Amino acid sequence: MKPWKRKGDLVHADIDRQEAAVLRGLVSQIDDMLRARIEETPQDELAELTGIRTGPSTSPDDPILSRLLPDFHRLDDDNPSKADLDSAAVLRSLHEPTLLDLKTGVAAVVLETCPMYGGGIRLSLEQADAWLSALNDVRLALGTAIEVTEDMPDELPDDDPRSPHLSVYHWLTWVQESMVQALSTP
Amino acid sequence: MTAAVDMEQTQATPSSSEVVAEDRPWQTVVWNDPVNLMSYVTYVFQKLFGYSRDKATKLMLDVHHEGKAIVSSGSKDKMEADVARLHAAGLWATMEHTS
Repeated sequence: MKPWKRKGDLVHADIDRQEAAVLRGLVSQIDDMLRARIEETPQDELAELTGIRTGPSTSPDDPILSRLLPDFHRLDDDNPSKADLDSAAVLRSLHEPTLLDLKTGVAAVVLETCPMYGGGIRLSLEQADAWLSALNDVRLALGTAIEVTEDMPDELPDDDPRSPHLSVYHWLTWVQESMVQALSTP
Repeated sequence: MTAAVDMEQTQATPSSSEVVAEDRPWQTVVWNDPVNLMSYVTYVFQKLFGYSRDKATKLMLDVHHEGKAIVSSGSKDKMEADVARLHAAGLWATMEHTS
């Protein structure tokens, strides 16, 4: 893949077959995780009557989902206040359904516009922003899984099981960075 | 935060860009994390809040160097909306009472 280019309201790049397969695979996995979270949300009769959707009030146990769906207050202090805990529960339950819709929405844009067997990608600015969010979600997920740190080396020792994943992570970083640059320079 | 390409890191001046006023009881805080790209965080601040490139860059550097930055302040409803939009962009944001 070469860097993204912007031409007016169009953002474009070519992606090869293997890159497309990797990207689509990762985006689909995140999408599956998000959809599983949606499905585990209890059906609420009141919500059906009022049309006001409510989500779960507690953070997902899974560290990846938990990073994709953060709390509205800092609760990781030693002793979060009861007021913050209660408020975070209410805010999560209120906002999480919309956040899940947005995140599955940007994943869908990537899956619709990234050619399955590689080729040209042509995006509107709106679609490019969706790609940025989706790429970021994939990097957050992968970064959480391989426990990326700010001073992570470019390469890990060959016997480190995270090594191949780190290469993918660095590639995704490059794809996202290139897209930000293309969007920032009209 | 991380940078995809090496960039010269300038020390941010402490919190001069933080937005605090007495009639703005809540504030939105963005926290540093090892994944989000410096360029992307700047882009998100410009896009979501309409901040100038300079202001967005300053806030991004505060997050990077200080570990956090207050990116907006106002009513509880407004901050809820800001945090929700930052979460959609993948940033680690929370809201808190102005101390």
